[in-house]
Parts: sequence; structure tokens; C-alpha cells
Amino acid sequence: MTTEPAAPQTGPQTAPQTVDLAAAYEASGVREVLKELDDTMIGLAPVKQRIRETASLLLVDQARRQLGLATETPTLHMSFTGNPGTGKTTVALKMADLLHRLGYVRKGHLVTVTRDDLVGQYIGHTAPKTKEVLKKAMGGVLFIDEAYYLYRPENERDYGQEAIEILLQVMENNRDDLVVILAGYADRMDRFFDSNPGFRSRIAHHIEFPDYSNEELLKIADVMLTEQNYTLDPAARTAMADYIAARRGQPHFANARSIRNALDRARLRQANRLFNEAAGPLDGTALSTIAGADILASRVFRGGLDVDRKPAKEAAE
Amino acid sequence: MRLRQGQYSFLPDLSDDDIRVQAQYAIDKGWAVSVEYTDDPHPRNSFWEMWGHPMFDTPDAAALVYEVNECRKAHGAKYIRVLAFDASAGWESIRMSFIVNRPAEEPGFRLVRQEGEGRMIRYTIESYATREPEGARYA
Ligand SMILES: Nc1ncnc2c1ncn2[C@@H]1O[C@H](COP(=O)(O)OP(=O)(O)O)[C@@H](O)[C@H]1O
Ligand SMILES: [Mg+2]
Repeated sequence: MTTEPAAPQTGPQTAPQTVDLAAAYEASGVREVLKELDDTMIGLAPVKQRIRETASLLLVDQARRQLGLATETPTLHMSFTGNPGTGKTTVALKMADLLHRLGYVRKGHLVTVTRDDLVGQYIGHTAPKTKEVLKKAMGGVLFIDEAYYLYRPENERDYGQEAIEILLQVMENNRDDLVVILAGYADRMDRFFDSNPGFRSRIAHHIEFPDYSNEELLKIADVMLTEQNYTLDPAARTAMADYIAARRGQPHFANARSIRNALDRARLRQANRLFNEAAGPLDGTALSTIAGADILASRVFRGGLDVDRKPAKEAAE
Repeated sequence: MRLRQGQYSFLPDLSDDDIRVQAQYAIDKGWAVSVEYTDDPHPRNSFWEMWGHPMFDTPDAAALVYEVNECRKAHGAKYIRVLAFDASAGWESIRMSFIVNRPAEEPGFRLVRQEGEGRMIRYTIESYATREPEGARYA
């Protein structure tokens, strides 16, 4: 048996006298993350601003630690509030990358969970479940979607309370090991924090995700289609703009996710149309163009929900 | 008498950070790490109690250190060790094993001589601790 264990860590170095923030910024790779965030995510100006601020704060904190001015790991737990489909999960992925590049988490992976992943069904089931999830997330970011479901005041023996206690302990004692992001609707999260002050006091960064405007959603549709090598022809573009305006007022509207679902169905209709209409060979343009009819066939234009919509469960994506 | 079993047992006690770095080495090799404890430290006792399951899908070794500390809370007066298993050969082989917790007092072992026929002598060792019943060892 041969083992070559990692070298033991070296002793403390002597503190430098000055720190070059610009160089630290370049070396960290934060610029690339912020650029990717800007390039791939439409809108979200306040969110992007908050993330830039957080990055600066962490760079300065790092510099202060290098000069021996700070020693404690800052509290990095966050809450992301906003309606479904506003980009919370997607931004959390970028946040994990950012924290990794800045050295605040060692691995940078994102573990996404909901109440069911943390809370058990019977006595003695919850603690091991919660700990298992926490251990998986260590070195990265734990993203708890719809975190307020952990707390069910109507049932005083709800096992969610046990998960909350373990979470709070680990959020406090293992701040070097993982960052927790709680996500969900703003109003419910506020009520959750009111009844669980332990969480409020452990969360340093609250980031709000606004709903997208109709123009932003149309741009998001373009981005999504470009990623998959599709385009909207002019009639489809007009139809998509009308679709967005109509869809917003209907039940279960979920911002960018509704757009993604609408485009999935439009591609389905396009494929059907090509299959039924095509008389001869099809070129690349024909195969990648969504026409007006592919959008206008949606039930959204007849005042109703699409019957072929995905089940509501996808909200937990 | 300081128990010398496994790796690093001639070094001073490992800090939590030392433990983390060692376990990370194992995890990065694709080995499963786990925690075990015992109050019967005889060198031939290979069956220590398992503290939870081996960890197969924890990318960061902070998870292992977390379980070591949970185990210390429950069994702080006993021996605790960390193991790393390599299953790549098709069976579980131990790649690493090191002690991460010891009782405050380590009474060690006594040598027992048994006289047999023809003045033959058999030797064996016995842990002083195991003279007490299970649960009452190491105070
Ligand atoms: N600003 C954006 N630009 C482009 N695509 C976006 C944007 N926001 C969200 N999306 C897309 O919308 C879908 C839902 O986003 P998600 O992050 O899961 O939202 P949430 O977690 O808030 O419900 C994803 O497919 C994501 O890629
Ligand atoms: Mg989500």
C-alpha cells in the first residue's frame, strides 16, 4: 500500500504592507463571471449591481485579511427573493462560481433542494436527511428553494423545525465550509424571517429579483432560441410579443420559464408543420425558423392555458 | 501509553484542518471516507463501530470533519479513526487509516503469559481498558 498524503499546510506567512486591488481583481477571475452574467442574463440590473457590490466587498475583505486587518470569515448566506422564473436558480449558479473564484468556498458546486430533501417522514428521519444534504453541499453553495415551507406553524410537531435548527447551527459554525441561499417569493420569505429571527440574523445579503418587462422577455426568447440555433421570423416575433402580453395576465405566469415552455411548444408545432407541409428537401433555414403560425396556434391567444403545459411541479426546478 | 495504530500515530495529534486536508486527499483520489470509534483498541480488533455511513458523494472534506466532531460529541472519551476505502479494485480496500481522537488516559496493554505443557509459554496482550465492561472503559 502506498499513500502520498497531501503535504501539511505551511505556517503563517508574514503579512504584506500593501495590496493591489486591481491586480487581485484580475487574478481572481471575477471579471469573467461578471461578464458572463452580463452577457447571458437579460435585464436584472439591480441584481447585477448587488452582485458587483458583493464581489467588491469580498475582494476588499480578502485584502484586509492579507494585511491582518480582518480575521473572521464574513457572513455570506443570502436570500434571493422574487417570483418564479426570474432567474434565481440561474444566478445562484453564477454566485457559486464567483464565491469559488474568490476563495470563499473550496469547490464551488451548487446543491439545490426543497423541503422534501431536508425533512423526513417520521421521528429520527429528519436529522440524518438534513445532515446528508449539508455534507453534500459543503465546499459549495446550498440553494433552498421555497425555504419558507420548512416552517409550518400550524403544526407544532412539524419535523421542519428540526431541519431549521440543524441548518442554523451549521450556518453559524461552518461558515468556512458552505454558503446557504434561501430562495422564494418575497412576501412569504418576509413572513418566514419574521417567525424565524435566527435566519434573518444569519443572512447578510438580501437580493430581490424583479419581474421581467415584456421587452426583456422578448429578448430572453431571442437568447434562448439563439442558444438552440433557432430564429423567429418577423411574423413570429410580432406574435411572440403579443403572446407575452397575453400570457402575463393568465394564471401560473412564470416569467422567463413561461417563455422557455412556450418556445418548447413552438418548436414542437414547427416540427409538426414541417412534417405535414414539406414537399421536397428542407434547408437549414427552414429547419431553424419559427413561423408566426407556430406561435399563434397557442391557446394563450384564445384566453386560456395551454392544455399541454408542464405540471406545476416544475416550479421547483 | 500512546496508541500507535495507522498513519501519523507517531506525530502530535492532528488538528481539524490537518484532518480535512488528509481526507480531501482521499476524496480527490475517489476513495470513500468514513469515521469509526471503539473502546477496545486491541491491535487485532479490526471491527470498530461505524459512525454513520461511508461518504461517497461529498466533494469537500469539511463533511468528514463535521462527522468527526459529531462523533466526538457522542464518543469523545474513546478512540476515533478516519478510514479511506478504495473500491476501484472491485472490493473495498483500506487505503488510509488514522486516529483522530483518543481517551484522556491511555492505560495501554499488559503482557499475559500462559504456561502450557512442557513449560511451553504462550504470550498474548490484553488491553487494560477491556477489563472494565463495555461502556465503563476510559471513565
Ligand atoms: N435574465 C435571463 N436571461 C435569460 N434567461 C433567463 C433569465 N432569467 C431566467 N432565465 C431562464 O429562465 C428559466 C428559469 O430561470 P430560473 O433561474 O430557474 O428561475 P427561478 O429560479 O427564479 O424560478 C431558466 O431556463 C433560465 O435559463
Ligand atoms: Mg428556481
